[in-house]
Formats: sequence, C-alpha cells, structure tokens
Amino acid sequence: MFGPTKRQWCIAAVLCVLMALAALPARAALDPALVQGLGGDFNARVAAIDALGVAGGDEAAALLDALEGGRLGTVDGRLVVIAPDGLRDATSGEALAADAGAATRITVNNRLRRAIGTARAALALSSAQPAQRLAAADTLRENASPALLPVLARALAAEQDDAVRAVLRYATAKLELASPDPALRLKAAQALGGSSDAAVKNLLAALLEKRGDGAAATWVEADAEVRAAAAASMRAIDRRIGLAQTAGTLFSGLSLGSILLLAALGLAITYGVMGVINMAHGELLMVGAYATFLVQGAFRSHLPEYLDLYVLAAIPAAFLAAALVGIAMERLVLRHLYGRPLESLLATWGLSLVLIQAARVLFGPQNLELANPSWMSGGVELAGGVVLPYNRIVILGFAAFVLVLIWLMMQKTRLGMFVRAVTQNRPMAGCVGVPTARVDTLAFAIGSGVAGLGGLALSQIANVGPAMGTGYIVDAFMVVVLGGVGQLAGAVWAALGLGIVAKFLEGWAGAVVAKILVLVFIIAFIQKRPQGIFALKGRFADS
Amino acid sequence: MNRRNFVKALTLSASIAAIGLPAGAHAADTIKIGILHSLSGTMAISETALKNVALMTIEEINAGGGVLGKKLEPVVVDPASNWPLFAERARQLLAQDKVAAVFGCWTSVSRKSVLPVFKELNGLLFYPVQYEGEELEKNVFYTGAAPNQQAIPAVEYLMSEEGGGAKRFVLLGTDYVYPRTTNKILRAFLKSKGVSDADILEDYTPFGHADYQTIIARIKHFAAEGKKTAVVSTINGDSNVPFYKELGNAGLKATDVPVVAFSVGEEELRGVDTKPLLGHLAAWNYFMSVDNPQNKAFIDKYRAWAKKNAVPNADTVVTNDPMEATYVGLHMWKQAVEKAGSTDVDKVIAAMGGQTFKAPSGFTLTMDATNHHLHKPVLIGEVRADGQFDVVWQTQQPIRAQPWSPFIEGNEGKQGL
Repeated sequence: MFGPTKRQWCIAAVLCVLMALAALPARAALDPALVQGLGGDFNARVAAIDALGVAGGDEAAALLDALEGGRLGTVDGRLVVIAPDGLRDATSGEALAADAGAATRITVNNRLRRAIGTARAALALSSAQPAQRLAAADTLRENASPALLPVLARALAAEQDDAVRAVLRYATAKLELASPDPALRLKAAQALGGSSDAAVKNLLAALLEKRGDGAAATWVEADAEVRAAAAASMRAIDRRIGLAQTAGTLFSGLSLGSILLLAALGLAITYGVMGVINMAHGELLMVGAYATFLVQGAFRSHLPEYLDLYVLAAIPAAFLAAALVGIAMERLVLRHLYGRPLESLLATWGLSLVLIQAARVLFGPQNLELANPSWMSGGVELAGGVVLPYNRIVILGFAAFVLVLIWLMMQKTRLGMFVRAVTQNRPMAGCVGVPTARVDTLAFAIGSGVAGLGGLALSQIANVGPAMGTGYIVDAFMVVVLGGVGQLAGAVWAALGLGIVAKFLEGWAGAVVAKILVLVFIIAFIQKRPQGIFALKGRFADS
Repeated sequence: MNRRNFVKALTLSASIAAIGLPAGAHAADTIKIGILHSLSGTMAISETALKNVALMTIEEINAGGGVLGKKLEPVVVDPASNWPLFAERARQLLAQDKVAAVFGCWTSVSRKSVLPVFKELNGLLFYPVQYEGEELEKNVFYTGAAPNQQAIPAVEYLMSEEGGGAKRFVLLGTDYVYPRTTNKILRAFLKSKGVSDADILEDYTPFGHADYQTIIARIKHFAAEGKKTAVVSTINGDSNVPFYKELGNAGLKATDVPVVAFSVGEEELRGVDTKPLLGHLAAWNYFMSVDNPQNKAFIDKYRAWAKKNAVPNADTVVTNDPMEATYVGLHMWKQAVEKAGSTDVDKVIAAMGGQTFKAPSGFTLTMDATNHHLHKPVLIGEVRADGQFDVVWQTQQPIRAQPWSPFIEGNEGKQGL
C-alpha cells in the first residue's frame, strides 16, 4: 500500500496554512524585515508602524506597546526589547547576553506617536468592547491612511454597534473621496454631510478647487454631481460648526461670568448691601483659595485615597476661614468706621496689604500647586471640536448653588430679614429690637465667607498666590457698580453680561484689546446710568 | 524693608555658615555678588529657582577656596516682578552694595529696564535666559540663547518630516518685548520658508492672564482649517499653568497640534498635571533629563543644597536651562576674574572672551570672543508623563549666537560689539 505521496503532504500542509491564515489573519507571524524597520531611520520606522497596523495581531500590538513605552532599542543595528531582566531579540524573542545598558533606546516623538496611535486603533477595531472600538474608530476618522481602507471596510462589514458604524462610515468616506470610482466618491461626499468636523470640510473644499490657470483650468473633482454633493455637504458642516462655535463662545462667556459673579457676590453683600468699601475683598478670595490648599494638603497626607473629594471638603473650610477673617476685620477695624467711606477705604486697603504679606510670610511668595480632582479634568465635546471643560461646568453649577443659597438666606431667614431691615433703615430697625451691631458682623461674615467660596472656585482654574486677589478686586467692583449698588440681582446680570461681552470681544479683537474695550464700555455705561442696571427705589436710594 | 532685611540677614548667615568665620573677620575680604531675581509676583514661578542655583554656585565656589583668595558674598534683592523696581534694585546693588557682578533678570522688559543703570555705573550683568536678541551691550553677558540658538531651530524642527511637517503656525505670547520681537523674527523666517501670512496667527495676552478658553478655541478653529498646525508659545510666567491646564482639558493633543514653548521648562511644569501634555515640546540648550556625568553632579548638588536650605518641596526640586546658564555664567565669571587677576569690570569683560566651561548639558561651552554670547547646543524635548523632557532632536555641536537676527532688516554687519 502507498501512503500519501510527498506531493500530497505538501498540498495538505499548504492548505492547512492557508486555512489557518484565513481563519486567523491576525495570528500571521510578522515579517522580520518589517519588524526590523522599527530600528531603522525615521521614515522606515513610520512605514514599519503603519505596516504593523495593517498586519494586525497580538505580536504587533505587543511591539507597538513596547515602542510607545520606550522599551524598544537597538544593539548593533539589531532590534531588541528592553525587559527588566535583560534584552530580548524583538523578532525571535531569544534572550541576548548583552547588558541592558548596551541598547540604544528608540525615542518616540509626536510623529511616531501619531503613527502608533493610528496603528493601535486599527488593531483595536477587532476588540470585544464597543467603547474601545468606538475610540479606535474615532482615531481612524482623524488619521487613517489609504492603506487602512481594506481594514476599515472589513471592520465596517463586521460591526454591529450603530455608534461605531457611524464613525467608521465617516472614516471610510473620507478615504473614498479619493477613490477612482465616481459613484463611490458621490456616496462619500453625501455621507460626509452629516459630519461636524472642520477637517472634513477642508477635504470637500479641496474638491471644489480648480487646477491650472485660466481657460486650461480643470476641476480637481471632474464629476459635476460629486461637486454639487460636496458643496451641499460643506454648507451643512459649516452651519453645524458655526452653531457649535457660537455655543462654545457663549459657554466661555457664561463661565467667565460665573467666575466674576463668585468673585463679586461677597462684595455685593458687603459693599452693595452694607455700603462698606472693602478693598481687602480680593484678599478674602485669597484666604479661601489658601484654605482650599490646606485642605488639599490634609487630604494628601491623611486621606490620599479620597484626594479627589478634597474640593467638596474645602467648601465649608474656605467659607469658614474667610468668614473668620471677615469677622476679625469687622470687629477690629470696620466697626469704628461705619459711615466714613473714605477712612474705611484706606483702612481696608491697608488690611489687604497686611493679608498679602501675611500669606507671603506663612506660605512663601510662590504660587501654590492645586491639582484639579480627576472628575474635574477633561471635558465634554460638542460638535466641531468645541470642548466644554468639566472644571468650568462645575464652577458654573457651583456659582448657581452659592447664588441660590444666598438668595434663600436673604429672603427666607430671620437673619436675612434683619440684614435687609438694617440696610434699609438702621435707626428704625434698632428701635424695634434688631441687634444692629451683631447683624452687621454677621452680614459681613457671610459676605466674606462667600468671597472665600469664590476663592475656592478660582483655585481650580487660576493661579493661587499671595497677590491673586488684587487681580480680581477691580473686576469685582466693576460687576457690583455696573449691576447697581444695593441688591444681588444686578450683580448676577452684570457678571454674566460682562463675561459674555468680554468673550465675544476677545474672539473678535484679542485678549488685550478686549480688556480695554470692556473698561471703556463700563465707563460709558456708568456715565449714562450712574445707578447701574438696577436701582433701588424708595427712601434708601435717596439717602 | 523688613522683608529685605530679613532676606539679607538670612543670606548673610548662610554665607557665614558656609565659610565658618565670624562676620567681622571676613567682611572686608569678600567679593559681593548681586542676585536680582523676582521672588514674588508673576515671574516668581520661574525666577526663584535661579536665585537658589546662584546661591548654591556661590557656596560651591567658596567651598573650593573662593576667587582670588576671597570668599564670595551674595546680596539677594527682590524686584517683585515689577520692572521699574528692577532698575532701582540694580542701582542699589551697584552703587550701595558695590557688587562685582550681578546675576539676574528673566524677562526682557526687566533687562531693558536695568540696562541704563549698568551702563551708567559700569556694572556687569549676567543674563541667564533665552531672549529675542537685537541687543549687544558691553556691560552684559548673555548666557541664554539668542533666537538662532532656540526659536529658529525649533520651528525648523516642527516643519521637518520628523517634527510632523507643520505648515501653519500660531504664534502665541505674553504681550511684551520678547514675544513680539521673537514673533517678528519667526514671521520673517517662516516667510522665507514659503509660509504665507494667512497661515500665521499671532495672538497676545497680558501678563498674568488666566482665562485661555477663547484662545484655545481659536487655535482649534485655526488648526481645523486644513494643513498641519503647530503652536509656538512665548507665554511667560505663571500664565503658563492655566494655559496648559486649559490645553489639557480641551483635549488638544500634541499628536494633532504640538505646542513648542520657549519659556517653559521643568520648573514651570511642576505646578501642572503633565499627563494630558504628553508630547508637547520645549526648545532649550539644556534639559534635566540629559544623561552625562556633569549633569548628574549638577542635579545632585542642587538637590542636596535644596534639602540643606529647606527649599519648599525640596525633595521634588528640578533643574532647568536658565539654572544651568546661571551656573555656567558664575563659573565663567570666576575664571575670567582669575585670568584678569582683578574684579575690575573692564578687565573682567576683556578676560571673558574665549572662556570655556564643561557645562551640565554635556558640551563644552565657549564665550564668544566678540559678541558676549555663549556658543550653545540646541535641544528639543517632548514632555514626558513625569514632567521631564525626552530629547527628540539636538545639534551635534554648540552653535554661535546671532544676536542680530538676519531675518530683521537693517541688521547686516551688526554682529560684533
């Protein structure tokens, strides 16, 4: 009997290999020449990384990981992986006798990191987690090269998740715009109309340009139908980006407004309601920020696992610290100066210098490091690349929270009623038994405490240093004066209005000019309407 | 006044401790060195470390026997990021304290404000920071980089294949003389490379600016209009912290829009979470991560000094380029004084040309014979997750400075003093 011939063995073997390849394209052994490219010159590296992304497989992923983590190097032109226990050949995996120090580490720069990101994304398209596939598809939408088109097409065909499919379709459409088939190009141009990516708009715009000069010029895109579709898609994208950008500017205006409001709200109570010109208001902000810093320090050393929550714990701390400083100021200095605005202005200015120096002596002149908790880092993306940072969203909400709290306190509590009574008619309030002196102290303490909360908010976005308050005192007075002395609603409108106006001006004229224009606007406004946006009516206003 | 006296007393006692002699016995045999750096205000973030490294170097020189057999005695003043105050303090150092040399200034505006004082009183200033050039003074030695030793190579790198092939540029800076002049030079340079005005966006913010939302949004918008974009940042002082925070929060990654900074080093990044900033760049003539024996010794010395003197956060102190430049400057001054055999300003200036020093950057730096600038290597680094920099590009040799940029008209033939 004859067994299978040599030739039959060969065919069977080849078949097996082919089947294995077809079933597990990702498991194909990597071409050593391709891998060695990683150790070559810069262009060879980029090419090798791109090829690894197309090839796919765990081995490729491991290599990319090693490259990005700085664990790939070369020894005499040979590519090696630098492991803690020594060097291994990158292709064969065999351990090398050479010392780890002998390898020259391959440094990864931005260009390589981008290539690695794209290649990684191509690999992650076959991940089991939809979230990972979505992130991968997003990366590819931005950076995919034509070589990846088959990979994308394969992923699109296999994809079940709608969100991922949508992104993949954009990624494919972007690449298909360069396809030789007009029907494919048309489909791509139409599909891209749903995007809100400015880069896509530019791709489409490029199609609508002409090559060459004068009469000899030809359209970059030969097919008129494709051009019409591209133009329509461009308009749709433009509209969406325009909307998103206006929304973004509005948001940054509101955000700036909320910060101005937090900085000014305390002053709206002490100056606006009580009539004390408090030049040390900025330093009360600083006290709040420093209290936040101390709370962060306490969390770092005692509760490191809850560090992310230090901001919440800092809310009462900042309020109390600033309120205590406020009480001390009121009891020791301001009490004796009621009804003498010029003296209280000078005295509080002196106090502000004392507080700044005190901070310098206690904490040093340098700015302090305050880290955003992780839940306040990053942002949520609107269309068209407009990102709303979480820290600003949180501060916006915090400003609203503080505002509601103060409003409730002023309108719904006995203390609030006393404060309103004392500010409207001090002798009469005293006659009916309101302890005016104690109410003064408490109102000033609350105004100062709110300034402390403002300092807490500022510490999350701006620099914290001894002189940080001086930068906000002008803004705070601006808001209170513009809003109208004597009540809180004016401060809210003035702060948000100023924020939005400043941000739109900044987008149009730049930060330096915008600052000047805002000041000019306020001067003009106060000329026309010295009582501010809202004016109190009645006896108090006349006095 | 109290504060100044306090600092004086502190430094005096530090130097006494270092020397181990009673104050009265050596007061006449010391050489006074002025240190003129902002220890408060917006620039304190950058300049405080320069004061520290100057004190450390003075201690080191004293431990090695001093200069011409005399010990050095530091006189520290705080001009508080207040430019006119720089001139007042400089006058005080030169006229009242009679210092042999002054090490100080960071911003160009502070340097410009002290220049007349140094000229009038024939003082000697060592300026340790990269700057815009367009200046050459007999009384000043510039140990930082001129534009051709930092800004131009950095932009060339961004335009190269390796650096990402940028075609569009955002020139972003703080509103004063250094960023304005540097951007003027860069604009002319970019034009010579075929970049049109439409592909350059120039924007400025005031000192201490803290709200970078609009600017980041504008950069994003500009970058989305097609060609590969890069940002060149000449933002100075503590504005960098909110700028980089906002950059991280807005998700502007270095792989999409790299930001190369000329005034941000290891020290400025200490206050920032650098994980979102991975890959953003800085161009300098030295990085702390440079691996060589001189640098290791330099870092160890500074760490030990910071611990001994209880510098805040002493266990995480870093070194950076202007600190290296201060260190090199002080040592070169010492060599020049020894060569001249005197601390007389004119003799020292004559002896400075051609001085060499093996610097922590790993290169032997030479003081140019004619133009008062150092020959320096150029290094470009990318931010790592730990706040240090990975060198991704560097020159093979130190480069001669061109204080008068060839990209500004009318500068031909102005290279010498």
